[in-house]
Amino acid sequence: MLTILFDGIAYGMLLFVLACGLSVTLGLMNFVNLAHGSFAMAGGYITVVLVNRMGLPFLLGLPLAFLFSAALGALLERTLYVHVYAKSHLDQVLFTIGLVFMSVAAVDYTMGSSQQFITIPSALQGQIDVFGVGVGRYRLLIIGICAMLTIALQLVLVRTRFGSRLRASVDDQRVARGLGINVGAVFGLTFAVGSGLAGLGGALGAEILGLDPVFPLKYMIYFLIVVTVGGTSSITGPFLASILLGIGDVAGKYYMPELGAFVIYSIMIVVLLLRPQGLFTRQSAR
Amino acid sequence: MSAPTSPLSFDVAEQMAKRTRWTPLEIAFWIAAFATIYFLPGRHLILTEIVIWALFALSLDLILGFGGILSLGHAAFFGVGAYAAGLLAKHGIITEPVLALLVAGLAATVLGFVTSFLVLRGSDLTRLMVTLGVSLVLREIANRYSDITGGADGLQGITMAPVLGLFRFDLFGHTAYIYSLVVLFVLFLLARRIVNSPFGLSLLAVRGNPLRASAIAIPVNWRLVAIYTVAAGYAGIAGGLLAQTTAFASLEVFSFDRSADVLLVLIIGGIGYLYGGLIGAVIFRLMQDWLANITPQYWQFWIGLVLVIIVLIGRDRMGAWIRPVRDLIDTLGGRLRIRASGGER
Repeated sequence: MLTILFDGIAYGMLLFVLACGLSVTLGLMNFVNLAHGSFAMAGGYITVVLVNRMGLPFLLGLPLAFLFSAALGALLERTLYVHVYAKSHLDQVLFTIGLVFMSVAAVDYTMGSSQQFITIPSALQGQIDVFGVGVGRYRLLIIGICAMLTIALQLVLVRTRFGSRLRASVDDQRVARGLGINVGAVFGLTFAVGSGLAGLGGALGAEILGLDPVFPLKYMIYFLIVVTVGGTSSITGPFLASILLGIGDVAGKYYMPELGAFVIYSIMIVVLLLRPQGLFTRQSAR
Repeated sequence: MSAPTSPLSFDVAEQMAKRTRWTPLEIAFWIAAFATIYFLPGRHLILTEIVIWALFALSLDLILGFGGILSLGHAAFFGVGAYAAGLLAKHGIITEPVLALLVAGLAATVLGFVTSFLVLRGSDLTRLMVTLGVSLVLREIANRYSDITGGADGLQGITMAPVLGLFRFDLFGHTAYIYSLVVLFVLFLLARRIVNSPFGLSLLAVRGNPLRASAIAIPVNWRLVAIYTVAAGYAGIAGGLLAQTTAFASLEVFSFDRSADVLLVLIIGGIGYLYGGLIGAVIFRLMQDWLANITPQYWQFWIGLVLVIIVLIGRDRMGAWIRPVRDLIDTLGGRLRIRASGGER
């Protein structure tokens, strides 16, 4: 029972790191980015290449995965995404689905279609006992890293000048622009960091979520659930949503395996119907 | 139509009649479509697929182009139609294909009506998620009840009875093609009638601006429910056709790829004038075939690239190249008609 809870929390934290970039993209630019999972996949695969083939230590691979995905995100944001911000939602959906298809086929072509595994150092394998509960070391690491990241993100968002600029831009883009905030630059940087976090999540989660070319399609709906259920106005909303989703999914698969993901999807539909703005949102002025 | 009493109502009647008039280009299109029955007998298998894609895209055009609803889960209705038609034939409940197709369409229609209330609320994103969620839930259900649906192996062992008790399905797909094309034509006529009616015009008003539409007493929500339901029925019939002509139905009919592909089909052809889905289906399937020949495994990459390029160039500009041609043919057709009516006088 406690093990399930623990696994669920680890899973949820992972989902949060994967999806928090998307929540900013949606909240800030009102941009439907279905290709978010592609950045996560890029992070996962670069770690596979670095750790398995070039023999770098796993813990060094993680920050490199972050950097790689962030650079990729920044590049695509500046060259392609900027042209699509002002277009309709239909165009955004088409554009990002196109990117997903391209990334799936490109990874399939370069890395093969089989599932990839990252070699984890033996110190991180196995279980340790915490108060009589068997706890996977790797999952403990995930929780640790993700918790630190979450706190860091919260601090950046609340305490720094960049954070206040970002929050101002999310709240009202036009007024923020009028106050002299370079919304485009704020967004570009946030997009890069969000993609980087997704990449890190992809690298960390390869062990739990699995890593194959259809990763972006498989987890797209999960990212979207986190964001839409959690709302886009704060970082705590998506965080709580992803923890709930993680625990719900793990518990659902354990107790009612025959139902599969059915429960999650149904709950999502109901939540969206009752609270179209998400579960944890304050009433916005708009 | 009632007799015009005042100049205004006369004008309106004139306008409405003008909208519904068949242009020479449309007539030529359908003549060409039916001509393929005789001139391309070796290609009937792929042509059947094109017809099914066309019908599916036509259904999406009804809700996207005329209802303005963005859907990422349109495959839900396609899948329900496919499984309904497949199960009816497999268990011999209704063996006659046309009747079974109607029942399959009806099943999807009912589902469309029930789920239409889900898409009334919220923004584009919410609609996107809800439609996607519905198709995923259905896929899970189909997967779960594998004793009925065959699960991941698909619904096998379907044998089709002859159409109308007269025409047997043959190995080369001739019957299947003619059957599908006739179904498409009939449903197209119906769709054309719907969108050119006052009801269709009110839909366009809703798409343009729901608030203003409701201000001139158009019941916005009911209009959306109606068109979503009709479109679901169309998608169900398209799915039913697929199950009947291939004698197979698998979980793939519910997949996200199918919902995304049908969006691409419609985008290639253009939204909001009914022929978009039809033209798009021809281009999409030929392109897919061509790409699959060059790179058997990775054609999806090029499909994605096409999507990205279409968006970056801009959809309106993509459609622009066809406009001069259409205008020219319309003017020519107009002249011919004037000459003909002049001759009568």
